[in-house]
Amino acid sequence: MNAGCHDTGSPQTKKHLAVKGSPLIALAGQPNVGKSTVFNLLTGLNQHVGNWPGKTVERKEGKFKYAGREYRLVDLPGTYSLTANSPEELITRDFILTEAPDLVVALVNAANLERSLYLVAELITLPAPLVVVLNMMDVAGQAGITIEANVLEAALGVPVIPLTATHAESTPHLLESIKKMVTSDVVQTPRVPEIRADHQEILDKMLCLLGEFVPSPYPENWVALKLLEGDREITQKMQAVLPPDRWGQIHALLKDHDDAMLAIASGRYEWIGRLTRAAVIHPKIGQISLTDRLDRWAAHPVFGLVLLGFILGLVFWLTFSLGSPAQQWFNTQIITPFGMMVNSWLAGSAGWLRSLIVDGIIGGVGSVLTFLPILIIFFATFGFLEDVGYMARAAYVMDNFMHWMGLHGKSFLPLFLGFGCNVPAVIGTRVIDSRKSRLLTILLAPFVPCTARMAVLAFLAPAFFGSQAIWVIWGLVFFSLFILVVLGVVLNRVLFKGERSAFIMEMPLYHIPNLRTIGMLIWQRSLSFVKKAGTIILLISVVVWALSVLPDGNIEHSALARIGQLVEPVGRWMGMDWKLTVALLTSFVAKENAIATLGILFGGVQDNGLSQTLATIYSPATALGFLTVSLLFIPCAATMSVIRQETGSWKWTFVNIGIMLVVSIAAGTAVYQIASALGL
Amino acid sequence: MDSTNSPIKPLSEIKTGDQVTLFSIKVGRELTSRLTSLGLTPGTVIEVLQNFGRGPLIVNVRGTHVALGRREAARLLVQGVELQ
Repeated sequence: MNAGCHDTGSPQTKKHLAVKGSPLIALAGQPNVGKSTVFNLLTGLNQHVGNWPGKTVERKEGKFKYAGREYRLVDLPGTYSLTANSPEELITRDFILTEAPDLVVALVNAANLERSLYLVAELITLPAPLVVVLNMMDVAGQAGITIEANVLEAALGVPVIPLTATHAESTPHLLESIKKMVTSDVVQTPRVPEIRADHQEILDKMLCLLGEFVPSPYPENWVALKLLEGDREITQKMQAVLPPDRWGQIHALLKDHDDAMLAIASGRYEWIGRLTRAAVIHPKIGQISLTDRLDRWAAHPVFGLVLLGFILGLVFWLTFSLGSPAQQWFNTQIITPFGMMVNSWLAGSAGWLRSLIVDGIIGGVGSVLTFLPILIIFFATFGFLEDVGYMARAAYVMDNFMHWMGLHGKSFLPLFLGFGCNVPAVIGTRVIDSRKSRLLTILLAPFVPCTARMAVLAFLAPAFFGSQAIWVIWGLVFFSLFILVVLGVVLNRVLFKGERSAFIMEMPLYHIPNLRTIGMLIWQRSLSFVKKAGTIILLISVVVWALSVLPDGNIEHSALARIGQLVEPVGRWMGMDWKLTVALLTSFVAKENAIATLGILFGGVQDNGLSQTLATIYSPATALGFLTVSLLFIPCAATMSVIRQETGSWKWTFVNIGIMLVVSIAAGTAVYQIASALGL
Repeated sequence: MDSTNSPIKPLSEIKTGDQVTLFSIKVGRELTSRLTSLGLTPGTVIEVLQNFGRGPLIVNVRGTHVALGRREAARLLVQGVELQ
């Protein structure tokens, strides 16, 4: 071993000068350590949610004031480690290395210290100053775990702050510690993990080979470890900067020691073991926890499914008993009067302007906004189930079935949300960690019949099928779910070559939900939806309105009618004339618009009058064709815009639209042709 | 590894309630890295909390409950812990 090339024995020191201006604080931690609760506790409503540049990962940034100073707080994505397996891990480490925050606050779960210190084992080797926050001290206390923070602090070499984020009174201590760290010059000499002894020589060799080639801002020791861990990004980076012969030597070393990754991980757990042995007192073994007891039911292959069915039934019940009336109230008491009020304000202005604002903008954006009560119910239930820890159990019991479609259990709940509205379904796919599974779930989500499409179905089916309507409705709903499953299997084969993502998931301990965290989630998601209604949905509404009134204000002679007539031949396959075709096209703004358009085209007949009129004009076969294609037709504007947002790509958005267009026309045609052949 | 001579088996064959030691991980690099970050390193004691013979398993490792697909569990080789 060449001892002269590197002094690997010296402790790593973090130096940081006192900060002038507003300090930048990064909040890091593994999933399920209560990171969003702490973030909300510090920033309150003073936060901004967006995406990391070029990524589909949520980026939360906020500000808070303490002792006359403003602090910027960035919430880093929750990750278990810092090896580049996912965008979240890359974002976290790149932020710490390149943005050089003035302080990294590492959150750990006191009730699960051993596992959650694993990320700290990685963070502590990076140059930024560090404090460790022991969150969920109350949960640990209930489980009989005692942690001596000062002992842990002495063993780690960085400050350790105990916290119960669900109690507001524990904030001052945290704020004071943050202030102390940024207002004075800091020199930390933490005790860092070492590679398991049998691999120390290999690490030294690696450091020798890397020599002076490691580019800033990467620490040499860190790069050596990441190479030995087989980190893809660092491997590519170093291959690019190293002279070929040097890289050849490194490559050979890596090939001989591909088990080094396990030695590094073991080293980290040995380090954790040394820390916790002194500082943590565990309860006597044999104690059966609440989580264990609940999971005997919630995660049972039979009872778990029964419980899930019960919970989903409850969500449905809430939607229809609270959401639908709220939606109607919102429509008749707010949107419609508002439209009439604006109409009378504009009484003196040009007719086209009035029509643009009242029919186009208020009609289009307004009808999308009426879905807000249903969305809020769904965001609330989703947030509640997630926060309480149930989501992982639902994923677990549905895993078998979802594997069929190349998905895993985590895709189930987002898809289920689609029954209310496809928008939260697409947003809800954020819980899926594998990008492929997430993309496939997004592509499938618009096939779940939402309340708006159910409304069209419920409006038309009774007029055509009388007492048989309920069977037609259920039949069509199951038919679209059947198509969803078949498409899942096919897309998985075609797009992802049948590759199945591995199912590894932490089952967090159950805990009492934090209403503040759930409230914040509802607020942010609703706000983002309303913002979208004011931008992309507004634009689309105006375009569809313009097409429906140009050139002479009569929809029958409009550009939209022209388009309807142009594509009528395709509509004919499904038994539809141009009027039904136009109704289908306008459902793009919002699915229930199909009814409104038919109302206009058939002379503004309202209520049951319209469906009766339609039943005299069209055959049941045509109705079936129209309802089938309506259920499966391209996603509405709101869903489309969140698909764009969540996939981060127009390409996938158009792939999704294309698939739905083809599938809906094929299914509509098949249903109509079969129904006609049967004489309906 | 402990000096137990009990046979090496895949984790997917271990019954509910049994405790075993992780012997080796036979999955790709990326998956290994995800498993280790959740606490699954060779030599760790794993308690099988739920294994119904089909579908995913639940194990307790270092105090964390982890759900593992059956396919993944079949590639984790374990060794029985001798009962005292």
